[in-house]
Amino acid sequence: MNVLDLVRAFFGDGAHWHGYDGIPARLAEHVTYSLAALLLAAVIGLPVGLVTGHYGRGGNALALIATAGRALPSFGLLVLMVLWTGLGLVPVMIPLVVLAVPPILVTTYEAVRTLDPSPVDAARGMGMSEARVLFRVEVPVALPLILSGLRTAAVQIISTATIAAYVGLGGLGRYIIDGLYQRDYEKVVGGAALVASLALSTLALFWAAFRLTVSRGVRARA
Amino acid sequence: MIRIDAVTKRYDDGTVAVDRLSLDIPDRAITVLVGPSGCGKTTTLRMINRMVEPTEGGIFLDGADIRRQPVDSLRRSMGYVIQNAGLFQHRTILDNIATVPRLLGWSKQRARGRAAELMERVGLDAALARRYPYQLSGGQQQRVGVARALAADPPVLLMDEPFSAVDPMVRKGLQDELLRIQAELGKTIVFVTHDIDEAVKLGTMVAVLREGGRLAQFAPPVELLSAPADAFVEDFLGADRGIRRLSFFPSAGLPLETAPLVPLDADAERLAAGADAPYLLVTDADGRPLGWAEPGRPLERDRLLDHGRPFRPGTDSLRSALDGAVLSPTGWAVAVDGEGRALGVVSQRVIGDAIRAAHGRAGADAGAVR
Amino acid sequence: MNGFFDLPSDLQYSYAGLVGLHLREALIPVLAGLVIALPLAQLCVRFRWVYPPVLGLTTVLYSIPSLAFFVVLIDYFGQSETTVMIPLGVYSLVVLVPGIVDGVRSVPRETLAAAEAMGFGPLRRYLQVQLPIAAPAIIAGLRVAVISSLSLVSVGMLIGNQGALGNMLYDASTYHLPLLAVNSVLTTAVLGILADALLVLVRRLLTPWMPRKGAAR
Repeated sequence: MNVLDLVRAFFGDGAHWHGYDGIPARLAEHVTYSLAALLLAAVIGLPVGLVTGHYGRGGNALALIATAGRALPSFGLLVLMVLWTGLGLVPVMIPLVVLAVPPILVTTYEAVRTLDPSPVDAARGMGMSEARVLFRVEVPVALPLILSGLRTAAVQIISTATIAAYVGLGGLGRYIIDGLYQRDYEKVVGGAALVASLALSTLALFWAAFRLTVSRGVRARA
Repeated sequence: MIRIDAVTKRYDDGTVAVDRLSLDIPDRAITVLVGPSGCGKTTTLRMINRMVEPTEGGIFLDGADIRRQPVDSLRRSMGYVIQNAGLFQHRTILDNIATVPRLLGWSKQRARGRAAELMERVGLDAALARRYPYQLSGGQQQRVGVARALAADPPVLLMDEPFSAVDPMVRKGLQDELLRIQAELGKTIVFVTHDIDEAVKLGTMVAVLREGGRLAQFAPPVELLSAPADAFVEDFLGADRGIRRLSFFPSAGLPLETAPLVPLDADAERLAAGADAPYLLVTDADGRPLGWAEPGRPLERDRLLDHGRPFRPGTDSLRSALDGAVLSPTGWAVAVDGEGRALGVVSQRVIGDAIRAAHGRAGADAGAVR
Repeated sequence: MNGFFDLPSDLQYSYAGLVGLHLREALIPVLAGLVIALPLAQLCVRFRWVYPPVLGLTTVLYSIPSLAFFVVLIDYFGQSETTVMIPLGVYSLVVLVPGIVDGVRSVPRETLAAAEAMGFGPLRRYLQVQLPIAAPAIIAGLRVAVISSLSLVSVGMLIGNQGALGNMLYDASTYHLPLLAVNSVLTTAVLGILADALLVLVRRLLTPWMPRKGAAR
């Protein structure tokens, strides 16, 4: 049986569409974890990235933090957190946020720092306050890159959120972990297909967000 | 000689970049291809080293079809200089210049020695040898580009708008440098530009191309200025071609008046000698001009009128003489020798006569002076 | 005395042994990814139409969770190192290809024209001009690939203890030894940071021609 047959069998089985272990329920759980982690990471990464990028300072410190964040293994962090805090949502959120902050932070910093300085100069010359310069001039032009950082983070979160199932939580990882222990490849492949589809849908969503929010004057920058 | 024989370049989408162009490019001289964008000048240049292949027609180097030669060895026998220099950002200045000699199999040591020699020739400080391109100014990078093109001592140099991306002062310096190097080396240079002033300044021969890649006129600059072939060339030359053309007429033949020249400490007798002149040119003890004074009044150094910009009869053109006269408050131009000592003065009217006389002789023997 | 670096015997490896195993499982795939990515990227540069489908395919591959990837491969390669290394190689490939393509494309047109005019053939142009100028982009890609590869090896623990340093996590949960988990996480992180620093150093040595600037990367 090849992978495509397994996918077909998984989605064709009516039992996979109902109840607490049904696809809609697992998908909703997975989306919830991912969104929560992405929001948390954005709340941390965006302001820090914007401000450091605006003033062009702290790049080296940022690079160190980002490297350290990337170097921490998500799976190990999850196991460690469970040992320290017990089962629950918190030990799952921590590795996901640690995973997602570096791309958001670094891309946002770079996006703002590498902007053409002349419009920023012009804005200051017109008497705009620093906050106004940041939000009216820098962010709109930096937006394509900022979005690409969020997109990278989102895709990584979605793929990594599968490990939540290892510590008893739900989400699409359930199918993969259960499938692994039950030697049920149909479940594993079905779960993987679901995660991949979710990741690709997220890419499409970001593409739509890009079309909606990025000025046509700066689209070439992406 | 490079002979471009009825060459046409037509692209797959039907656009014609070059249309039945024929040119005989003389040896050991600078031939400039000039024209508006889209006139096919760069395409023509790139066909000479086969970076573009013609659709029809042929190009012959000393009578041999360039397609007979392997393309790599053809290219290595022609230096190529482009806008923004196209330096290898990952190599030092010295290694950039040594590129073609290395390709030709020279030892590293010999190639680098040659490169160092060329740095001196194009006016680059030897201390720059170990630097990387990003550490150089635009003008310096362009000099490196010229040195790199000259490295293997190719008989032909192809230059594609090499000086367009640098500021005007630097550009003028690079142009003068090129003329100086050319006087020493005598290469066959094909030079592409969209700047007609550059073309007139550098070209021994100038080919004006029009949109669609057709030749409008091929002539020495002075002939171009005096007898544009048609309205397009005339328009392209711009408004003051009459004045610019004066650059090609020497000022050596101007009759200079010496009577108005008086030293600052002149006695009454000397002053009386110049009393007929409308103005007196006052000089210092060495004979250098200080300024104009009205006759019949005592000479006071700080009441002199500015004498404007003097010209040198041996080297400057009629254009410089006329410019000096126009800038002088008295309408007289001051002629000086190489040391800056006043040789005499000449009025606008006399310069005007000389211009008319020069026009009478035009074409035949006007030339070398710029 | 149970020292920090003394490991339970059922792990079958010393601390240093696990580190070596971890490095091997993480770095061989990156190397393999690079070896495939270089010609693939050049193909994408030469033939523009190749790039979008390659990009699409790699994006899809990248969105497959590593664990699922491992499990599917068990059928073919058993619970082995190979099973762990193949997905890591694929992820590396995915990270490296766009980086290399952008790097090679970033070579200025004038530079390529100059190389062509001096009679560089395609191979010489690739090796002596495009590749050196793309080196910073390639190393930037390698940094991401190496660090994520080192982190992902741990997940291999789930398929029959093929996770090198990750295997410590199994003992840590089973015998409730948080320190063992701390050891695993920190060691992996330190390996990642060291590898990253090494790559930054290599880039510095390879690219003395780059303008120096403080950049967060």
